[in-house]
Parts: sequence; C-alpha cells; structure tokens
Amino acid sequence: MAQEVLLEVKDLHVHFPTADGLVKAVDGLNFKVLRGETFGIVGESGSGKSVTNLTALGLIKRETAQISGEILFKGQDLLKLNSEELRKVRGKELAMIFQDPFACLHPFYRVGDQLVEAILCHEKMPKKQAAERATDLLASVGIPHPKERFRDYPHQYSGGMRQRAMIAMALVHNPDLLIADEPTTALDVTVQAQIIELIEKVKTEFNIGVILITHDLGVIADVAQRVLVMYAGRGAEMGTIDEVFKSPLHPYTWGLLESIPRVDSKGTRLVPIEGSPPSLINKPAGCAFHPRCPHRFEKCDKEIPAMQDRGGGHPEACYLSIEDKKRIWAEREARRTKAAS
Amino acid sequence: MFQYIVRRLIWAVIMTLLVISTVFVIFFVLPGGSGRNIEGAGKCSSPIAIMMAGRNPRPALVCNIVKRLGLDKPVYVQYGRYVGNLLQGDMGYSYHSSEPVRDAIFRRLPATASLAIGASFIWLVFGVAIGIVSALRRRSFMDRASMFFALVGVSLPTFFLGLVLVFLFDGRLNIYNVASYQPITSDPVAWLKSMWLPWIVLAYVSMAVYARMVRGNLLEVMGEDYIRTARAKGLREKSVTRHALRSALTPVVTMYGLDLGILLGGAVITESIFNIPGIGSLAVDAISNQDLPTILGTTLFAGVFVIIANLVVDIAYASLDPRVRYS
Ligand SMILES: Nc1ncnc2c1ncn2[C@@H]1O[C@H](COP(=O)(O)OP(=O)(O)O)[C@@H](O)[C@H]1O
Ligand SMILES: [Mg+2]
Repeated sequence: MAQEVLLEVKDLHVHFPTADGLVKAVDGLNFKVLRGETFGIVGESGSGKSVTNLTALGLIKRETAQISGEILFKGQDLLKLNSEELRKVRGKELAMIFQDPFACLHPFYRVGDQLVEAILCHEKMPKKQAAERATDLLASVGIPHPKERFRDYPHQYSGGMRQRAMIAMALVHNPDLLIADEPTTALDVTVQAQIIELIEKVKTEFNIGVILITHDLGVIADVAQRVLVMYAGRGAEMGTIDEVFKSPLHPYTWGLLESIPRVDSKGTRLVPIEGSPPSLINKPAGCAFHPRCPHRFEKCDKEIPAMQDRGGGHPEACYLSIEDKKRIWAEREARRTKAAS
Repeated sequence: MFQYIVRRLIWAVIMTLLVISTVFVIFFVLPGGSGRNIEGAGKCSSPIAIMMAGRNPRPALVCNIVKRLGLDKPVYVQYGRYVGNLLQGDMGYSYHSSEPVRDAIFRRLPATASLAIGASFIWLVFGVAIGIVSALRRRSFMDRASMFFALVGVSLPTFFLGLVLVFLFDGRLNIYNVASYQPITSDPVAWLKSMWLPWIVLAYVSMAVYARMVRGNLLEVMGEDYIRTARAKGLREKSVTRHALRSALTPVVTMYGLDLGILLGGAVITESIFNIPGIGSLAVDAISNQDLPTILGTTLFAGVFVIIANLVVDIAYASLDPRVRYS
C-alpha cells in the first residue's frame, strides 16, 4: 500500500486556557490519512476528535488556544500558514462537514446561493455558471428536482437533504480530503445509512481521503479501512479495521467494543465502560485511562504510555505485555459470549 | 406571504377594536356610580359627566353632558355611539380649549414626529455601529469604553439626563434654548437648533440598549454552526461577517419599529422637559386639566400607533426571515 499521504498529524497539542485552568483537549496526537481511504476516528464525547479536525482547518482561533505540533497536509504544515493562506486551502483542498445539518446552513440564504458562494470564494466565474455547477452538484448528491431545490431555503429541506447539501458544498472544488465530523448523529436512523453511502460513493468517485468521525463503531467497521481510537486527547490504539476490531490491544478499545452490539453475533451482553471521562484540566497522571481500567498495575499512573507497536502488530498505548493483552481479551470475549448464550 | 399579510391585517383590526373597547371600559364603565356628587344634579350625577364638566360645574351643564354623551342610556348603546363616533374620526371636543381633540392631536403630531424620527435615527445608526464594532473588536479598549458608556446609558433615567443637559447647555453654556421649538415648515434652521438636544437626550438611552443588543446578538451569532460552515467553505472574513450581521441585525428591525411606534404616541418626559408641543405634552396637560376627551384621544392614538408599528414590523420581519414567510 504505497498510497499518497494526505494528512499527517505529528505530536499535536491543542490547549485552551480557561478560567478553570488549562483544558488539554488534544495532548500529543499522531496519525496519518492516505488518499483513497476512509480513516475512522472513534472515542467518547470530549476526547478531542472535533478539536483535532477543526485545528487542521484553522477554525480554532489561535488567540484562544495554544497549539503546537505539525499538521502536514500534502506536505505543507497547516499550522505554519497565515489566515489568508489557510482560507485558500479551506473548502478547496480540505473540506469538512459537521454534525448538525439543521444548524449548519444559514437560515436566511437560499441553499443554492450558499453553494454558489462556496464556489465563487475560490474560483472566479460568472454567477450563472456557478449556479449551474451548484445545481449539478445538488443532483449528484441525490437531491431530487435540483433546479427547484436550488431556490429553496434550508428549512424547506429535510435533515438528510440538508446533510446532502452540506456534502455538495464540501465538494464544490473537488477537495483532496473530506472530514466528516459525526455526519449522521443528528439524523434519523433510516437516513444515516444513505448519508454514509453517499460519502463512500464520493470517496471512490473522486479518489479522495475521508476522515469519518462517528460514535457508531458498526459504521466504522463497514466503511473504514483504518481506525484511530482516541481517549482524552491522545491516541489509544490505531490500525486496520481487522486489527483493531478483531484483535484489540487497549483496555479502552475492549470497553468500547463491549459496549456496542457485536457485528457478527446477536444478543451479546452490552457492558458500558465504568466511570466517566477524565477531566481534561487535571488529567490523571500516567495513562489517562488508568482510573477506569480494570487491568491497571503499578506502572500505569507513573508515565504516559507512548503510541507504539509493542509486538501486537499495530500501534497502541498500553503497558500490559502483549501476552497479557491477548490472554485478557480472550477471557473477556469468552465471558461475554457465555453470558449471552 | 399574501396570506400572512392578510392574517396580520385582521389581527391588527382585532387589536384596534380591543384597544378601543378597553379604553371605553376604563373611561366609561369602570367609573360607575362612584365619584363626586353635584347637588341638584339628581339623576344626572354621572361621574364622567361631572369630570367632563370641569371644576365646580353648574348642574345644568352636567345634565347637558349626560344627554349629549347618552350617559343615561344602556352601556351597549353608549358603546355603539362611541365606536360610531370614532369611526367618523370624531374624538369629541377638548373641555379645556373646546377644540376638536382630533385637530389638537394632528396639530401636535409634527413636533412629536420630529422628535421621534430624529432621535430614533440617531440611536439606530450609532447604537448599531457601536454594537458591531464592539462585537468585532471584542475586549478591545473600544469595546470596553463603549460598553461602559452603554451601561451608563441604560441606568440613567431620561428625565435626569434631560435636566442635567438643559441645566448645562441652557443654563450655563447658553448654546441651547429650551422652549424654542419651531416647526420645520416655518424655519428649518430654528427647528434643528431646537431639536438637537432633545434628540440626544431621547436617543442616548435607546442607543445604549441597541448597542448592547447588537453586540450580544452578533457575538451569539458568531458562535453559530452556520458561521463555522461559512468559514469552513473558505469565505473571506468580510463575507463571514456579512452572514453574521444578516442574522444579528434582523431582530433590530423589529425592535426599532416597535420603539418608533411607541414614541410616535408621544415622548412624555422629553417633550415636557424641553417644552416641545407634542402629543406627549398634550396628554400630560390633559391629565392635569382633567380634560377627559383629550386624555382619551391621546391614549387611543398612542395605542393605534403601536398597533400599526406592530403590523409594519411583522411584515418587515417576514420579508427578512424566510422561515416566517413560508410557514
Ligand atoms: N474553545 C474551547 N475552549 C475550551 N475548551 C474547549 C474549547 N473547544 C473544545 N473544548 C474542550 O475540548 C474537549 C474536546 O472537545 P471535542 O474535540 O469537541 O470532543 P469530541 O471528541 O466529542 O469531538 C472538550 O472537553 C471541550 O469541552
Ligand atoms: Mg465532536
């Protein structure tokens, strides 16, 4: 797999100074996204998924945050660009869609006009031509009667259609990387699959990279090639879908997998992860997950474990020996299957 | 949209009837049988007639008024007559000046309109401008200074500010003359010379309110998801601001229309301080003279202005917000 690396995040830190203290939203994160792949990011709310991607787009105000590390996009460090240079990348080569399509379109402007605006801010052309292109895009993301729908206001669209319109807007300049931040969370279950399917179709058609952030591990298992599990602003485990879902190595990943219905067998017992997400201001010393981890030992609260391959075949951040990991996961699996039958 | 306008119109008519009826109940029904008694008036001792007749009236006059207003008739007959008269634009005659109330009001409308339109223009322009700059340069010196200025404004009563400024500009500096009102039609320069200070006094408080509202709205809108979308698609900051202003300023239209409507019914305090012969001072004079027809007329007039303002604002809002227009 010698694919082009589109995005490479290196030792990213995003800290927000607040009245209560320094919020360490992202705290030493590393990952790569390749062209042509769907890269999943999972993790509880507040683990820093959105902040990471908003930082890449330059949508985290630099005055309000302390940002360090590198975000290389097609070889260029986005963190070194000034705001005008970033603006030229944003929406052109690097596009993002968000969680709540109900709130993401301006209620006072026609959907078509909002697309036209997105076209014209990066490319000079007659308005009429831009409108034609916008209409074509609406059609290509599966909006029926695009000519009429062009003139509608967002509130005349259903939730699924709005997300389609958002996708169309993200595609106006054929970006290289599309970031979808929980694109289906706010939508009806019936529509969710269609939107995911559309994102997949777009990915193959345009041969772009996709970062898919979602709570739905089932979706990740279906469409992503690789996945990053995040916890408290750091990576816990990263690998291909098979690696992470079939032989997970991090106790947090185990917890996540046990808290959702299993893809293969029905009726397994669901166990939520005990405890609550850590404070990002006073993070637990050592591994941030250790207070909730049933397998912790002396070393865990001493030093932050690095993300590295400890012999399991893919990078993870847990001090347990590879033998222990394999044994414990097998035991947990067995217990779970037994409890279900 | 057409349907919407029709609905609002019907609503305005209903509201007008409600205002008219409420005023009727307050002025004609509630006083009931209580009140002063005039010796010898006998059956004619209606409290309203006595009030209408002024101080120490002769019993015959009271009886005359009772007859003329039909106060001895059943309430519904009185009501019918009252509405009928209003529909013909007849609001009765001032007890004080014997002038038709309608004429008195319309004679004083230009002064009130000069005050209201001038002041509201000032506070709209400055209030909105200050609010926008403060929000865009949040936490800057400019922001802090103008928000302090605005805080003073909202906590300063108009009458106090008015009196202080009159004392300063008229009493000390001698660059302004109270009670110098001239209609714009007779002498525009004198008109301007007489209006600038009342404008400032009346505008200051509202300007402060508008500045704070615009700043708050804009900051709130700046945090909306659709503003993030606007940035994410690569719009220039200028266009992003335009998107935000479109949302943040729409409620200002509503507020401005309503405020102007209220003011056109008379700015009681400012008119009194500066001796501007407007509807507000007409109402105040009427109250101290116990001039019931004029009180009634100015009350109705103010009520109707508020209703008209509401109607205009509703229609304006619908044309600005597609969610209202299409529902
Ligand atoms: N501007 C900000 N100021 C302070 N804290 C912030 C800011 N933006 C995000 N955070 C915090 O950063 C953490 C990570 O947020 P986020 O990336 O949105 O999580 P998620 O993984 O659910 O997308 C959260 O605890 C959030 O409260
Ligand atoms: Mg998020």
